[in-house]
Amino acid sequence: MKMKDKNSSLTDWKKNIKKNYELYLLSIPTIILVLIFAYFPMYGIQLAFKDFVAIDGITGSPWVGFEHFERLFRGYNFVRIIKNTLTLSIYTLAVGFPLPLIFAIMLNEVKLHRFKKTLQMVSYAPNFISTVVLVSMITIFFNPNNGIINKLIVMCGGEEISFMTEPKLFKHLYVWSGVWQTLGWNAIIYMSALSGVDPQLYEAAVMDGANKLQKIWVVDIPCILPTAVILLILNCGSIMNVGFDKAFLMQNDLNREASDIISTYVYRVGIQGAEYSFSTAVSLFNSVINFILLITVNTVAKKVTDNGLW
Amino acid sequence: MKRFFKQSKADIAFDIVNYSILAVLLVIFVIPLWFVLIASISSPEALYQGKVLLLPKGITFSGYARILQQEEIWLGYRNSVFYTIAGTLISLFFTFSAAYPLSRKDFKARNIIMGFYLVTMFFNGGIIATYLLVKSLGMLDTVWALFLPTAVSVYNIIVTRTFFQNSIPHDLFEAASLDGATNMTYITKVVLPLSKPIIAVMALFYGVGKWNEFFNALLYIQDRAKMPLQIFLREFLLQSQMSADMVGVDARWAAEQQQTAEVIKYGIIVVASLPVLIMYPFVQKHFVKGIMIGSVKG
Repeated sequence: MKMKDKNSSLTDWKKNIKKNYELYLLSIPTIILVLIFAYFPMYGIQLAFKDFVAIDGITGSPWVGFEHFERLFRGYNFVRIIKNTLTLSIYTLAVGFPLPLIFAIMLNEVKLHRFKKTLQMVSYAPNFISTVVLVSMITIFFNPNNGIINKLIVMCGGEEISFMTEPKLFKHLYVWSGVWQTLGWNAIIYMSALSGVDPQLYEAAVMDGANKLQKIWVVDIPCILPTAVILLILNCGSIMNVGFDKAFLMQNDLNREASDIISTYVYRVGIQGAEYSFSTAVSLFNSVINFILLITVNTVAKKVTDNGLW
Repeated sequence: MKRFFKQSKADIAFDIVNYSILAVLLVIFVIPLWFVLIASISSPEALYQGKVLLLPKGITFSGYARILQQEEIWLGYRNSVFYTIAGTLISLFFTFSAAYPLSRKDFKARNIIMGFYLVTMFFNGGIIATYLLVKSLGMLDTVWALFLPTAVSVYNIIVTRTFFQNSIPHDLFEAASLDGATNMTYITKVVLPLSKPIIAVMALFYGVGKWNEFFNALLYIQDRAKMPLQIFLREFLLQSQMSADMVGVDARWAAEQQQTAEVIKYGIIVVASLPVLIMYPFVQKHFVKGIMIGSVKG
């Protein structure tokens, strides 16, 4: 019986491949590309448990067990980079998650069409500026000698502040410049969810004597909640993945105690210092934490709101 | 006007607060960009003295004149234009050839292949393993290191597949195959002409990404002749590696040199962001459409 099933499904496959052979051919280039550049590097993860010797390659290098992880956990850097990474990502999430939602709801209440369109267009623009340019703008504006911000502070009778070299200010600059860059763009998805709200729901709310705030509370919020939950899960899943570019570009010797995060650490030790095994261990540790977080948050979200990724 | 009076006091208060906050936000979004623009055409002295706030002072294009003479900026520019165009074409090829079969219900391998792609969204080998791979393939310092490792984004494959599923009905294929069309003729004669909107969206997504790309170049490109604009921008803007001839050897004092350097920096920012910002008003709609397609689940 089982044998027969297998045979018939095999012929099904053969038939399908024969009929749609073009579709199979079409899929091959990308499959090969992903295999090489996404799957093959996974094989290199074993480096985390080995001592990389260039001549012997990844496979031939000797195993060392958890030596690199021990070094990571004992290192004086460990607490610092974990703390910085978490500070930046949780701060970014705490500010960057609710604000686009609120912005979308506020925009949705605007009835002046021109104003709405202008605001939308202008708020998306910063999203297209490269990280290098964004960080340059921050550096130039906040420069202690001739930056415009410090000029204004002095004009108002204050003292010049060396923003870029002050570790305490790093996270604020990092997070709020990010808000400036992504607020409008991240609101798009909520705007599209809001545009799909059934107008009858508003009418019903008006009949019940609801004012604008109450309409937002009883109609808008429930309508965008599913979208918001999905985005929250995705964000939480990558909470340890603070992007390399911005932190790296904003980093200098003076603010390093606040700006050194996992990805910049991996780059400095791994690529610049050529300690391949140790830095692979660092990024593996990072991936494992991410994965645990993603599963935890998804489970919690499913229990609480019935919305989940899977 | 009549409608306005009918509103309750609470609603009027809400509107006033809402419009005020949004107006402030509008200013916050515009000011930094506007300031870069006016600073780039202001005189270095006025800028240094803090006289440039909302309007340019002592308009001069000397900053731009100096940028024009700077060869490395243009070298980076040429490289970036090439990387953006070629890289986008390569990405489009891989994305579309992967996405179309996945959109077909009668493609038996679709779930297996989709799973194969999805895994890579959550697991990867990390930068070290990828770097070692690129190195062992002999791709360091070649354009392939910029094109291939990041050629496809699984997210974009999903968006494209969703577009195909939603806007090209499967009946169309059945009708075409009854008329004797093979998959290939169907794809070239029917699917491609209908996919113009999604091709535009994807070309823009990938194009902006490639233009702004920094990390891969930092990782894989050591040869100055091959470096993209973003790497040179970092040197000029953040590491302040401007040669003396750029700020002008005729500058009498270090202070004057520094003032000129500031104006040049603003100019470089404008020049570097120009391609994206000029295109932006025309293509903005397509981007938004792309996000909307992506947000449709399924």
